[in-house]
Amino acid sequence: MTIKVLAIDDSRTIRSLVHKVMVDAGFTCALADDGVQGVAKFKEDPPDVVITDLNMPNMDGYGVISAIRDGRIHRNVPILVLTTESAPHLKARAREAGATGWIVKPFDDEAIISVVRRVTGAKG
Amino acid sequence: MSQQVSIRDMFFEETEELLEALTEGLAQMHAGAHDDETVNAVFRAVHSIKGGAGAFKLTALVAFAHRFETVLDEVRSHRLDPDADLMRILQRSADHLTVLVDDARSGEDTHGAQTPEFLSALDACLGGPAEPELEDLDGSFGFSAITLDLGDIAPAETPSGQPFTIIFWPHKGLYANGHDPALLIAALADLGEVWAEIDLTKLPDLDGFDPAKPCLGWTIHLTTTESETEIQSVFEFVEGLCDLHITAQHPVISSDPAPEVLVFDIAPEVLVIEPSVAAPVAESADRSIAEARRADAAQADGGLSEKNVPKPTLRVDLDRVDRLINAVGELIINQSMIAQRVSELRLATDADVVTHVEDYRLLARDIQEAVMAIRAQPVKPLFQRMSRIVREAADATGKTARLVTQGEGSEVDKTVVERLADPLTHMIRNAVDHGLETAEARIAAGKDPCGTIHLSAAHRSGAVIITIRDDGAGLNRRKILEIARKKNLVSGDAELTDPEIDALLFLPGFSTASTISNLSGRGVGLDVVRNAVVALGGRVSISSTPGQGTEFTISLPLTLAVLDGMVVSVAGQVMVIPITAILETIRPGNEELHVVGTTDRLLSVRGKFIPLVDVAEGLGFARPPNHPEPQTMLLVETETQGHCALIVDRVFDQRQVVIKGLDTNYGAVPGVSAATVLGDGQIALILDPDALANNRVLAPADARSTTKQTEGKLLATV
Repeated sequence: MTIKVLAIDDSRTIRSLVHKVMVDAGFTCALADDGVQGVAKFKEDPPDVVITDLNMPNMDGYGVISAIRDGRIHRNVPILVLTTESAPHLKARAREAGATGWIVKPFDDEAIISVVRRVTGAKG
Repeated sequence: MSQQVSIRDMFFEETEELLEALTEGLAQMHAGAHDDETVNAVFRAVHSIKGGAGAFKLTALVAFAHRFETVLDEVRSHRLDPDADLMRILQRSADHLTVLVDDARSGEDTHGAQTPEFLSALDACLGGPAEPELEDLDGSFGFSAITLDLGDIAPAETPSGQPFTIIFWPHKGLYANGHDPALLIAALADLGEVWAEIDLTKLPDLDGFDPAKPCLGWTIHLTTTESETEIQSVFEFVEGLCDLHITAQHPVISSDPAPEVLVFDIAPEVLVIEPSVAAPVAESADRSIAEARRADAAQADGGLSEKNVPKPTLRVDLDRVDRLINAVGELIINQSMIAQRVSELRLATDADVVTHVEDYRLLARDIQEAVMAIRAQPVKPLFQRMSRIVREAADATGKTARLVTQGEGSEVDKTVVERLADPLTHMIRNAVDHGLETAEARIAAGKDPCGTIHLSAAHRSGAVIITIRDDGAGLNRRKILEIARKKNLVSGDAELTDPEIDALLFLPGFSTASTISNLSGRGVGLDVVRNAVVALGGRVSISSTPGQGTEFTISLPLTLAVLDGMVVSVAGQVMVIPITAILETIRPGNEELHVVGTTDRLLSVRGKFIPLVDVAEGLGFARPPNHPEPQTMLLVETETQGHCALIVDRVFDQRQVVIKGLDTNYGAVPGVSAATVLGDGQIALILDPDALANNRVLAPADARSTTKQTEGKLLATV
């Protein structure tokens, strides 16, 4: 079973990087430009794990987490926050909103893959 | 590797766009015309640049963007008021961010030295140096969440290391956040030998079973060589979402291994709690958060239809577009060849053929316009960059100046936009440096001490007109003439009209600044500006009113690939004159032609005298002896010489022609701007009416001055 990742980030660069890292690791990776699109794609094709940015136009990362956690189905899919913020209160806020974990940019490929494996239970 | 490089390119491309958005947002804030979303967008732009830069380990950029972002965050949360001083610092910081990005792209570090100065300015906004928390944040930028590598830790043959007992009771929030106890235990198993006991004591009877309430706990025995910190890091994400007690045990006596120790495996039966069943609904304690979330979601949902959702775009390699443009050029040539062949074969009598040929022509034109539109870009980013140039120039000269832009949405060919950057920069610097007066002089003249540079773009009959206007003192014509005489650019006794004096500025080697300033006086004169504009098939002109300011007008073709031309013949040669230059076609009677002096002739058009330019003569063609006197004149408008009438032998028709540069294959020919391939395969030269008219100026003729003065005034009022 290939792990399906949904990466939501308004930065083209970050999206491409995540995509590359995920695909290189043998996962499939869908992409969305903002929260609204991300939630739509989530409903359309529920992934095994969501990686989302926090600061985004239209709907931010907290909105994405809420929309998924308050949804009817697949509300327990792991959601990883990919962010430049490592301040403890921001982590706490992300956790309160329902984030499963976080990855602090700049991520290194190995770290992000291992976090994804860890929250999805995928074998290395 | 190449993929990494292309993502890096993408980063810089995206950063470029973000910097534009940043500049635009800051300009709106500066003008006081902003709302929270503007500030948010500004914040996000810097934030995204920081994020991308972090991914490429561009630490200098990250560090600066971070502090910049911190200040913007304060503004965003209304803790800092964006007053004039703060706006100045923000704009300067945006400028600095731009140069740091340029540095990062080129791999050079030419501006890093200035960073501390900007950082301290930003710190001052925050009321002191960066807070300790932020320092800490910088320090922990590396990925600290997880350091375990699944591949490296092979399970030890025999249990060794320190035994730990971990008591783990998940809260419902743990399941709600998408965690799975089995995965956490599996992660522990990667650290060493694990023996997990499930605690079912809190599992109620079926009657009292609440699916939303977690009721399982685990006692995990872990023997590992890793430290306790490593074990804690496994639980990092679930901190606060479970009761967790990790206790180190005394080492197990090796001679007494517990035979019943089970190596934990993710057995299916351990997964008794299906997370989706156990997932609790956010309630009471989390009510406010839940409500806030819903409000967020509702806002986002509702806002979607109202807000202008960006149009979907497609990023295409420029090479592909250029290939398409070339192909369309060939299509247009092919179309005109077929049209010509049809008329030669006298097939034009067949209504069907005529309709199809005409359809083909219209279709080819539609395709061409659509393709050109792909390359068209708004001048906005270019204009936005200029506000930085104005700020820098004003700083360097100690003047105060602002930039007012207009018509930023006007679109021009990408190459034109790119190649216009240098001349425009130079002209803007000139306008601040030479055009504007000092604040004292302005106050003395009863003007606003802050000078204004107007930069505008507009489409006018197949061309884009860019004007740079300052409200300075205007040109000092006496001084210009003096310098030109001193440099032998004009003869000492020549009487020049005002526009002619102004045009002297464009002559090579002309520089008015008596002291070379460190800004615009870099040995680059306006002649370089003019050459750059002419190379793009454009024109630049100047007009000035003493005491009120100077205006430069650049007119540029919208595309560099095709032009609408009038096909004419001159001394047996077929030539093309750009339609944009032609005002009308005239066949004058003898009474309208006047001879001035020995050779010069004037044409009287509705009471105005217009100089005549014989194209054949201008290009050095000799007419056959018995050739009838040409009678057709094309009235053209030139940027420097006003109206002019070109004498040609015959006018054929109006046609769209594909521009093929001569410069690369042959060399520059005065009076000729390029060449094209006609329908019959013949090569025709595309004439440059301006150059033809200018050549004529070398011959003295004062009678033209009336026209030119009129033209000068016209330009001044544009």
